[in-house]
Amino acid sequence: MKKIIKYVIIDILRNRIVLAYTLFLLLISMSVFNLEDNSAKGLLSLLNIILIIVPLVSLLFSAIYVYNSAEFMELLVSQPLKRKTIWLSLYTGLAISMGIAFFVGAGLPILLYAATATGLTMLLMGILLSVIFVAIAMLAAVMTRDKAKGIGVSILLWLYFSLLFDGIILFILFQFADYPLENFMVGVSAFNPIDISRIMILLQLDESALMGYTGAVFKQVFGTTPGLMATFLVLFIWVSMPVWISARKFNRKDL
Amino acid sequence: MKYYLTIVLFFLLSGNCLNARTIRVGKDHPVKTIQAAILQAQTGDTILVFPGHYKEKNIIISKTIFLIGKGRPVIDGEYKYENISIKAPSVLVEGFRIIRSGVSSIEDFAGIKIYDQSFVVIRDNILEETFFGIYMQYAKHCLIQNNILRAFNKQEQQSGNGIHCWKSDSLRIIGNKISGHRDGIYFEFVTHSIIWKNISENNLRYGLHFMFSNNDAYISNTFRQNGAGVAVMFTHHIRMEKNVFEDNWGDGAYGLLLKEISDGFITGNRFSSNTIAVFMEGSNRIHLSGNKLSKNGWAMKVLANCMDVTVSGNNFLGNTFDVGTNGSLVLNTFNQNYWDKYEGYDLDRDGKGDVPYRPVSLYAMVVEQNPSAMILFRSFMSALLDKTEKLIPTITPENLKDDFPLMKPVQL
Repeated sequence: MKKIIKYVIIDILRNRIVLAYTLFLLLISMSVFNLEDNSAKGLLSLLNIILIIVPLVSLLFSAIYVYNSAEFMELLVSQPLKRKTIWLSLYTGLAISMGIAFFVGAGLPILLYAATATGLTMLLMGILLSVIFVAIAMLAAVMTRDKAKGIGVSILLWLYFSLLFDGIILFILFQFADYPLENFMVGVSAFNPIDISRIMILLQLDESALMGYTGAVFKQVFGTTPGLMATFLVLFIWVSMPVWISARKFNRKDL
Repeated sequence: MKYYLTIVLFFLLSGNCLNARTIRVGKDHPVKTIQAAILQAQTGDTILVFPGHYKEKNIIISKTIFLIGKGRPVIDGEYKYENISIKAPSVLVEGFRIIRSGVSSIEDFAGIKIYDQSFVVIRDNILEETFFGIYMQYAKHCLIQNNILRAFNKQEQQSGNGIHCWKSDSLRIIGNKISGHRDGIYFEFVTHSIIWKNISENNLRYGLHFMFSNNDAYISNTFRQNGAGVAVMFTHHIRMEKNVFEDNWGDGAYGLLLKEISDGFITGNRFSSNTIAVFMEGSNRIHLSGNKLSKNGWAMKVLANCMDVTVSGNNFLGNTFDVGTNGSLVLNTFNQNYWDKYEGYDLDRDGKGDVPYRPVSLYAMVVEQNPSAMILFRSFMSALLDKTEKLIPTITPENLKDDFPLMKPVQL
C-alpha cells in the first residue's frame, strides 16, 4: 500500500498542476496578507478562497486524476493486490497531496501572518475541506464511467455545495420565517461540509454578532466541547462515507 | 489693638471647631459600639472606629459627624438590617467594610443610605453582599468616591443596584468599582451630576442605568460584561466621553442603549466586542464623534425614528455589520468616518473617498428581519447578494451613506 501511495504522490507532483495550485494559493494568501492593513481582514478575504477555490480544485483535480489513471489501475488490478487497497491508496495519495498543497499554499502564510485561533481554525478547516472533496470526487468518478460526465457531475456537486444548498436554505428560512428554525438550521448545516467549516470559522470571526439572537444556539451546538466533537465527527463522516461507498463500488466495478 | 481684636475674633469664630472631640470606638476603648458613640457625639465630632466586627443592626447617623474606620472595621447587617442610614447633612463615612445588608422586596435596604441630605461624603469603603450598595434619595452635592461594591446574587429580583441615586442633584460619583449588582450605577431624576472614572462590570442588568436625568456627564468610565450593557433613556443634555464599553454579549445586550435621548454628545469612547455597540431609538440631535467602534456584531443600530443624529470622525474597525436600521427613512448624517470595509478610491488624494460608502449591507437587513439567516453569513450566497445590492440598492436605505468616507483611520 505504501508503495502505491508513494507512486501516486510522485505522479501527482510530476503532474505540475498541484504545484501550480500551491503556488496560486501562496500568491493569493501572501498578497491578501500584505495588501490588508490588519491580518484579521486578510483572513476574511482568505475565507472566501478557502470556501470556494479549495473544494473546486480538490474536486476537479481528483476526478480528472482518477479518470486519467484508469490504465494504471487496470495494471494494478492485474497484480496480486486487493482492490480495496488499491482504491484506498489512491485516495490517501490524493488526499495527502491536496492537503499538503493547501498547507503550503495557504497554511504557511496563515501561520506567518495570523497564527490566531481564527487562523488555525481556518487552516484546519481548509485541510479538512481538501480531504473531504477528494473523497466526494472519487465517489463521483467511480459512479460514472464516462469521463466528461464524471467531471460534469463534479462541477455540479461543487455548485450544489457552495451555492445551491445555501440558496435552498435561505429560501426555506424565508418561507418558514414564522417558525423557530434555529435548531433545524444547525441540523441542516451538517449536510454541507462547506457550511460546517464556514460556521466554525464564523464562530471565531464574528463572535460578537453571533452571541446575539440565534447565536446562543450556535454557541451551544458548535462552541461547547461535545458540540465541537459532534462537529468533527460529522466532518469525519463526510470523509469516510464517500470513501467507503466508492471503495465498495470500485470493488464490484467492471473495469 | 486691631491686631489683638483679630486674634480674639478668630478664636471666637473657630471655637466650634476647637470643641470638636474625637470619640474612639473599639474593644480596647471606653466606647464599645458605634451606636453609643453616635449617642455621645455632638455636631462636628469625629468617631474613630478601630478594627472589629460590629453587629449593630441599623446605625442611624442623625448628627453631622465624621465616621472614620481605622484598619477597615466590619459593619455587619446580618442580612436583616440597613447598615448605615444617614439622616444629617455633611456626614463623612470612610474606611469601612460594610457587609450583608438586609434583603427585602418591600423595603430598599442598602449598605449606606442617604435620606434627603446634602454634602455627604462616602469614601474608601468596601461594600460586600449588600442589597443596594449606596442609596441616595433627595441628596444634593454628595461625593461618592473610591468605594468598592461587590454583590454575588444571581437573580435580578434579589439584587439591588450598586450606587442608586433618585431625585438628586449635583452628585459626584468618582473612582468606584461596582460588580455583581442589578444595575451598577442607577440614576433616576438626577441632575447636574458627574460620573467619573468608575468601573462597572459583571452586573446582572445594566452597568449604568440612566432615566430622566438631565444635564449629567459620565466620563472615563469602564463598563464591561454587564448583562445588558449601558442604558440611557428619556433624558436630554448628557455628555458621554472617553468611556470604554466592552464585551456586552447577548440578545438584547448593548454597549450603549439610547432611547428617547436628545441633545447628547458621545465623544472619544471605545466600543469593542459588543453584540450591538450603539443602539439608538427615538434619539434626536446626538453627536457621535471621535469614537472607536471595533469588533462589534453591529457597530450601530439606528432605528428610523431617530432624527438629526450626526456621526462623524469615528473609526469603524472589524465589525460584523457597520450599521443596521429598520426602515428606509433616514434623517441622520454620516460624514467623514473611517470604515474598514470601504472599497472605494481617492483619486484627488484629499484623504476622502470619491464614492460614497453605504454602511448598511443587504445582509444586515436580512438578518434584521430573520435572525436565523445569520447561519448563512459570509457564504458565497450572501456575498453575492451583498455585491448585487451594492451595485443597485433596492432594499437598503438609499440615503444612509457616508459621502466622504476617510481613507485612513482618524487618529484618536
